[in-house]
Amino acid sequence: MWTSIIIAVAVLLGLAAVFGALLGFAAERFKVEGNPLVDQIDALLPQTQCGQCGFPGCRPYAEAINNGEAINKCPPGGEATINALADLLDVEPQPLDAEHGAAQAKRVAVIREDECIGCTKCIQACPVDAILGAAKHMHTVIESECTGCDLCVEPCPVDCIDMIVIEPDIRSWTWAPPVVKEVVPDGEPAAAGSRLIATDSQAETREASLL
Amino acid sequence: MTQLWNFGGGVHPPENKSQSNNRPIRPAGLPAKLILPLQQHIGEPARCIVEPGQKVLKGEVIAQVGNGMGVPVHAPTSGTVERISLEPVPHPSGMSDTCVVLIPDGEERWCELIPQPEYRKLERDQVLALIRQGGIVGLGGAGFPTNIKLRPSVNRKVDTLILNGAECEPYITADDMTMREKADQVMAGLRIMAWLLRPARVVIGIEENKPEAIAALRQAAEGSKTEIAVIPTIYPSGGEKQLIQILTGQEVPSGGIPADIGVMCQNIGTAVAVADAILQGKPLISRVMTATGEALAEPGNFEVLVGTPTSHLLTCAGVDKQRMSRLVLGGPMMGYTLPNTDIPLIKTSNCVIAASASELPAPAPEQPCIRCGQCAEVCPMALLPQQLFWHAKATEFEKAEHLNLFDCIECGACSYVCPSSIPLVQYYRFAKGEIRLQRAEQQKSDRARVRFEARQQRLDREQQEKDQRRKDRALAAAKAQEQKKTDAQTSVQDGTISDERAGKSALVEQALARKKAKAAAAASAKRADPSTQSSEEAAPAETFAPENADKIPAVETAPSIEELEQQLTQAQAKLKKMQSMLEDARSGQAPNVDKLERAVDKNTERVRRAQQAIDDAQTTPQQA
Repeated sequence: MWTSIIIAVAVLLGLAAVFGALLGFAAERFKVEGNPLVDQIDALLPQTQCGQCGFPGCRPYAEAINNGEAINKCPPGGEATINALADLLDVEPQPLDAEHGAAQAKRVAVIREDECIGCTKCIQACPVDAILGAAKHMHTVIESECTGCDLCVEPCPVDCIDMIVIEPDIRSWTWAPPVVKEVVPDGEPAAAGSRLIATDSQAETREASLL
Repeated sequence: MTQLWNFGGGVHPPENKSQSNNRPIRPAGLPAKLILPLQQHIGEPARCIVEPGQKVLKGEVIAQVGNGMGVPVHAPTSGTVERISLEPVPHPSGMSDTCVVLIPDGEERWCELIPQPEYRKLERDQVLALIRQGGIVGLGGAGFPTNIKLRPSVNRKVDTLILNGAECEPYITADDMTMREKADQVMAGLRIMAWLLRPARVVIGIEENKPEAIAALRQAAEGSKTEIAVIPTIYPSGGEKQLIQILTGQEVPSGGIPADIGVMCQNIGTAVAVADAILQGKPLISRVMTATGEALAEPGNFEVLVGTPTSHLLTCAGVDKQRMSRLVLGGPMMGYTLPNTDIPLIKTSNCVIAASASELPAPAPEQPCIRCGQCAEVCPMALLPQQLFWHAKATEFEKAEHLNLFDCIECGACSYVCPSSIPLVQYYRFAKGEIRLQRAEQQKSDRARVRFEARQQRLDREQQEKDQRRKDRALAAAKAQEQKKTDAQTSVQDGTISDERAGKSALVEQALARKKAKAAAAASAKRADPSTQSSEEAAPAETFAPENADKIPAVETAPSIEELEQQLTQAQAKLKKMQSMLEDARSGQAPNVDKLERAVDKNTERVRRAQQAIDDAQTTPQQA
């Protein structure tokens, strides 16, 4: 009887040793450098680097969120970012904290170039180096790189920077969602959505038109 | 007999082709003005090279492209450029884009054309350049630049070249009529493309509902190895991927292009355009278009100049504006409604439907999905339209993408059969647009992150460099101090310091003596010869040793004794201050003791000298 107990204990001890070694090896071999969660949070933030959240850039805010900061302080990201963050961190999505500003349409900074005195103050303020220029020479914004963060507007001594809302043009246009019309049981259907493709009409009326 | 395969799904909408294919192709003639959008295809817009008021000839290039993906735009007739402005263009958004507005002069004067009937003697790249220069894009719908399509990458050999004459969409008969009337040109264009690609097999796929076109092409293709494949009539057999499946039995991989499986598809109209461009040198300035619908008295096909306003084509076909309730560009399955008749027709426009109210009625209201599954049965891409619809409606775009939303060809078969009249295709288009937008935003934010991090790194680096420089400077200063201290100590031990200082003061004394002598000489010279002004001599004397300013005035201008006394008291006060500071420093053991010591020495010397100056001044007047 004793031998069987000893065998059982020995087997269990052996298993413990093997798995312990395996886990120890895996912990060393597959060690994760840095905090991957911060990277994931950072990837969801809009990277405007505007600082409206109260942190100097998106990465610092991502680090703060990782340390328990509220997820609703990012106006440029708006609801979509809050929902994505809530999804990632498995918390309840909250409405946007109005203290940090309201969600706005996408904007881009434009320098009124004839008024620019070439002070380089906006260049120093730009978090993504999207302003080009040199001292005493006119500056200009590289529009494709501008994140619309507003940070260049405040330092300008002659107020020659405008934030322009980006209007959709023919190349950035996309289809709007279909308008769901009220169904009126007996009576004319509501006015036609003029942009619906021709096939998006009711089957019976199409049959009738064949004749 | 060509072996045919099937693609799953498809629908049989009423064809409605007989209205427009009974009349021969008619020329639409010259409109009052032509509106030429600079972008009529996928890729980058062309760059306008004409100016308002400029005269252009028919076929002249009015907008050129760089090295990117694009083709030039040509003047469809001779005339004057009226303006270059934003005009409404044929686009589902109804938005405006940059256009060249051309007023025809009615003379139809061609520019010089260079036909290349012997194109086989040219390099293939030269022929491709001619096709590009001819402004040719795919005339089937999307408008992909043909020269780029005809140059597949080296590792993708095209084995099968397919000419798409299926024209499966209802109402449209442009390709049908082109094949009937221009079969020889179609074959010529096909031969050029076959020569460029060297495929093993060339097939023309035509739906069986076009017997005249089939007969015409069979006759034109007599004796060549080109197969004429008659395929069953089913919508959307003319879709590129569907036609490839019907003719080869192979499926284009998801997200791939036909060249991935060694197949290329070209449109009938494109073949004609290629033949015209190479054999006659004519660029793509007109195309065959169908004008049909119940609101037209004489529907049919027209040879329409690119840029012709829709209203002109409708007038040619005898439009009854009272009956027209809806104007659709493209077919009834995939087209979109035009907001007005000023919009120009471009290279990719193949059909205009002026529909009466009963023909294409307003869409019925959307009703809830009843999960009948008909959409999934008819989907030619074997997708799950119902699932896609749920996800698109709930804006769960990621899930829709997982179900291969981007494989949807937007043929409209699902919307056609939907008993709840849900505008399914519109949901998919919306979802696709949103996903593309999100991707673009993601890309932009990734780039912003990279730039932000690069800037952060740069600032850190600059700060570090600054700190390093400061540290270096401090270190160097400390070292110099140390060196001086040790020097001072050693020299004190050697007794050289006093020597040095004595030497220095001796030098100063010598300089002073020289100056005095000079001044005296000058004064005597002046006295001897008062007519010559000796300012030249006096001036350098003045600047000779400026550090001894307190001494010089005594010689030069002989200042009053009061002034000198004042200087003396000042110097004495300064000396006192220095001495007190030195004492403070000594008691506090500050590091600048030896500096202060030297300062005190200097001041003592100054006081001594001032005293001497007073003495001198007091004695000089007695001598004088």
